[in-house]
Amino acid sequence: MMSNKAVSAADVAMEKDQKLREYKYNQYVKDKTPTASIGVNVLNAFWVGGSICTLGQFLTNMFMKYGASEQLAASYTILSLIFLSALFTGLNVYGKITNFAGAGTVVPITGFANSVAACAIEYKKEGQVFGIGCQIFTIAGPVILYGTVSSWILGVIYYILKTIGVV
Amino acid sequence: MASDGRTEFKYEQTPIFNKMTGKQSILFENPPFIIAESSVAGKKEGEGPLGAYFDEIVEDGYFGGTSWEEAESKFLNRAAKLVIKKANLKNSDIRYLIGGDLLGQLISTSFGVTDLEIPLLGVFGACSTMGEAMIIGSTLVDGDYADKTIAITSSHFASAEKQFRFPLGYGNQRAPSASWTVTGSGAVIIAKDSPPNRKVKIRIKGATIGKIVDYGIKDNSNMGASMAPAATNTISQNLKDLNVQPGYYDKIITGDLGHVGSDILIDLLKQEGYDISSNHMDCGIEIFDKDTQDTHAGGSGCACSAITFTSYVLKKMKEKEWKRVLFCPTGSLQSKVSFNEGQSMPGIAHAVIVEAE
Repeated sequence: MMSNKAVSAADVAMEKDQKLREYKYNQYVKDKTPTASIGVNVLNAFWVGGSICTLGQFLTNMFMKYGASEQLAASYTILSLIFLSALFTGLNVYGKITNFAGAGTVVPITGFANSVAACAIEYKKEGQVFGIGCQIFTIAGPVILYGTVSSWILGVIYYILKTIGVV
Repeated sequence: MASDGRTEFKYEQTPIFNKMTGKQSILFENPPFIIAESSVAGKKEGEGPLGAYFDEIVEDGYFGGTSWEEAESKFLNRAAKLVIKKANLKNSDIRYLIGGDLLGQLISTSFGVTDLEIPLLGVFGACSTMGEAMIIGSTLVDGDYADKTIAITSSHFASAEKQFRFPLGYGNQRAPSASWTVTGSGAVIIAKDSPPNRKVKIRIKGATIGKIVDYGIKDNSNMGASMAPAATNTISQNLKDLNVQPGYYDKIITGDLGHVGSDILIDLLKQEGYDISSNHMDCGIEIFDKDTQDTHAGGSGCACSAITFTSYVLKKMKEKEWKRVLFCPTGSLQSKVSFNEGQSMPGIAHAVIVEAE
């Protein structure tokens, strides 16, 4: 519809067609709006996210050293990370780290725990049932729902492949 | 004379003789006075560049309450009581209170004014609420339907985040164009007569009521861009209705366009033939220091324009540094539902002409 050249305020002001004006204004605003510096964000996400994973590995090794099997050690590690995330959410620290590290703290399981704990804290005032009960998964809900649905679909694909002898 | 023998009405030539001025503006017959003002601000606002101007700074985000909504009501209650005290009046001296906030069903206002026992008109104009309340309050006074009214509004960072975005403890990165909701409450008393001992009298000369302008912005972390066309529309209509140039005002003060929206406003108004780059000020830019306070595009929320106006702006006017300002709070009218349903964010702006004499 439009060429890639920059849209000026004059282009927006002169456009009489409402749909075209909306399109042009959005293009114009895009040019005017500062964007986050991707390089710095990626770097911060990498080293903070990496540190969380390193901590996880450290915990796994430690649990195995004290005699846990690999599978049990992994479960203990996940439990520990979830506990730490919820604790730091309650201490109002996790959000600040995320503001700095972005996806580095959102992607690991700590991010998921944070989204559940933050809702539990915020909606506690609205009661045990309608507050915490109804709203604890406000943010985590989509992950749980679509995680379950996609694992079900993968299960069906796996079953079919197994039946026809591919795997 | 028009061809049918009647005098042809040309508002451009005689704006001051008409209460209804131009297409969207009001000029008051007996411009009401602002006889007192109050500003109660939160901790972060107190640490900002305007910290020294606020009447009170409340460090506790809960204001001694147990929820963010209750805290916001307490801010509003405090601002109302303070403004009445500063004017040496009693609650019963105030005829009507016109107020509103950002929360659903205006719960901050209705719970905040209960113990005042002043008749209430609740208004909603998102972050433009202070302008709307002041226009209604001064119209009632100029029309002799009230001798004293209060215009008041509040907002709270945490209650706004909870309603429009995420719970406070949830970690997420904010976009560079996102704004920071101001915690606080601001109020003015609008009165028919001014106490005689005042050296400088502040009067509300008129107003321009804005219409909804929607240029199809859907990004709720760029509210400046959604409101800038509305501010452009209201300011240019005000200048047209009064047949004046931007230099007529010492300052043209927008509510919470922030850094992104202010750039766009100046750009768009140039297309209308008005250059406000030398006398424009935005409350959202003034209230925080974006480099040290991590507030990105600037402040927002009903209280952003309200407490900047009732502290910094009115002080400058009392010192006669600015004699005439156009105070133009801006609002972005989306709700969480309309946003999730993929609707755009309509903007609105109301302008109030304030003069010092």
